[in-house]
Amino acid sequence: MERRVRRRYAAERRFRLFGLAAIVLSAGFLLFLLVTMMANGARGFVTTEVALSIDFPAAGLGLTPDRIRGPGGDLALAGAQLDAVVDRAAAAQYGAIGPALFSDGADTIVRRALKADPRLAVGRVRLWLPAASDVDTAAKADGTPLAEKRAQVLTDAGQLRTGFNWGFLSGSDSTDPTAVGIWGALKGSLLTMLVTLALAFPIGVLSALYLEEYAPRNRWTDLIEVSINNLAAVPSIIFGLLGLAVFLNTFHLPRSAALVGGLTLALMTMPVIVIASRNAIKAVPPSIRDAALALGASPVQVVFHHVLPLALPGILTGTIIGMARALGETAPLLMIGMRAFIATPPGKLTDPSTVLPVQIFLWSDEVSRGFIEKTSAAIIVLLVFLLAMNGIAIYLRNRFETRW
Amino acid sequence: MTDKTILNDHKMTARNVSVWYGAVQAIGDVSIDIDQDKVTAFIGPSGCGKSTFLRTLNRMNDTIASARVEGDIRLDGEDVYAREMDVVQLRARVGMVFQKPNPFPKSIYENVAYGPRIHGLASSKADMDRIVERSLARAGLWGEVKDRLSDSGTALSGGQQQRLCIARAIAVDPEVILMDEPCSALDPIATAKIEELIHELKGRYAIVVVTHNMQQAARVSQRTAFFHLGQLVEYGQTSDIFTNPREERTRDYITGRYG
Repeated sequence: MERRVRRRYAAERRFRLFGLAAIVLSAGFLLFLLVTMMANGARGFVTTEVALSIDFPAAGLGLTPDRIRGPGGDLALAGAQLDAVVDRAAAAQYGAIGPALFSDGADTIVRRALKADPRLAVGRVRLWLPAASDVDTAAKADGTPLAEKRAQVLTDAGQLRTGFNWGFLSGSDSTDPTAVGIWGALKGSLLTMLVTLALAFPIGVLSALYLEEYAPRNRWTDLIEVSINNLAAVPSIIFGLLGLAVFLNTFHLPRSAALVGGLTLALMTMPVIVIASRNAIKAVPPSIRDAALALGASPVQVVFHHVLPLALPGILTGTIIGMARALGETAPLLMIGMRAFIATPPGKLTDPSTVLPVQIFLWSDEVSRGFIEKTSAAIIVLLVFLLAMNGIAIYLRNRFETRW
Repeated sequence: MTDKTILNDHKMTARNVSVWYGAVQAIGDVSIDIDQDKVTAFIGPSGCGKSTFLRTLNRMNDTIASARVEGDIRLDGEDVYAREMDVVQLRARVGMVFQKPNPFPKSIYENVAYGPRIHGLASSKADMDRIVERSLARAGLWGEVKDRLSDSGTALSGGQQQRLCIARAIAVDPEVILMDEPCSALDPIATAKIEELIHELKGRYAIVVVTHNMQQAARVSQRTAFFHLGQLVEYGQTSDIFTNPREERTRDYITGRYG
């Protein structure tokens, strides 16, 4: 008797220990992921700049403040060979290696500075310009020994500084890792998710409502149910092929567009929403339906006054799970051409665009070392996006949750 | 509604009603009259079909896909199962209270106001307030909840919840109220309150009560119908059924021989 009691307690303790171990293990994995991502990605948000003195009158561009301000000023700025000016000034200041210290995008910064303050054109100015990729990585102690030595010399001379990389949050893809930004992909993801949500949510919820509340139980509804369950398990790349065949080849919608991406992901997300919504609707107690029907509520009133509000928290949870999956999806979007190099953020749904996970995939494929940290930084942005979506879902669920 | 031609003084009449669930016959050939100012009790052992029959009276069986009703049921002479009968209107006229209290997970006020709102019975907020107060008062609940109308209906005790459900049914001003074992989930004190309430509501509404409890049937009803195995065995004055039943099966049941 006593032995059995002891054994029972031991089993209890053992089981609790296993549970605790499982939790610790999964928390450990999560921590590992977050720490490595943060460590790598934090550098992606830091930019390195090198000071450069430019004597605009001596450069012989013929730019005056009046010309820049006047009509055709933009054209004059665009026509000015600012990249050559930067190279010459760099060579004058830092010797033969000077031009290699600066990013290819440095002349756009000069152009922007001139446009913002045309008076700069009359004299000699000291500008902070983005450093070239190898200087940038060297300044973050991850470069070649030679580049790191150069960066050290520049830092000691007060000609090198680091700061938060605002350009990363506002820019788009580029061939130069110091000039890349995530905004283009982020906006592409936002537009794609909007299309997905606008299609998959109403269609999914209405299908679930019809199947649960109205459809007769027969062979056809059984078939539909099995098909929906199967659809939820279809590999996502198949949906990409479907999108390619239907939206691009048959309907001739624009390639690489957020619209097509959203349509394709909506196909993938809809079964998930249908299944989650059906379960949530099934969980509404039948006594509530009886109560409303017995009061003389019509079936539509029963659904919209009672069933849907009670099922909404569950429906929203399912929708967010589906949307989160869609947000992280890469494969189907590759099939419809969203892996293109997109240097401008999409302005509308039919513009060529890319999305965060595809952007991460593209950058991870790049040769230049500078892209490593940008890839991690993009992953951080994607995770923050996901967390924000989940946060909204939890807020909505708590708001609509009914206390029994 | 069409003009009500009252063929006789019965509120509802059922003639040769049979109900089938798929191939299984739940009740067979039941004929019964329900009077305006009386309480009618349906008694019988579990599974005898009394609840099924009750649910045919306001067509709640329509929600069960396999259920099929045969025979003739009339409310004030109108065929309840006629093609032109609007189920929504019918259920507004024939209200129902269920075995388990099932208030909506909304405020007490909203629970009562829901019916009048969907039927457009109140023309203003003040009007609705009056309907809610009157319904709760008739259900004997006003004094207990008047200071917390915005509390959730599900936060009340079981007996209060059941009276809230009765108030909710009364609020749409029905002609008949069907009660499906309204006290079976309640304690004796709450049961006594509901029985008292049935007494008070009698006369204003035709009331049908399904019950397992024979003493309850004897206490609250004027007419009693005894169901057994899907058949209506005996129907008559409650006093006759309990003191001088015609059928042997009825006598066996009320003396506790089975059931």
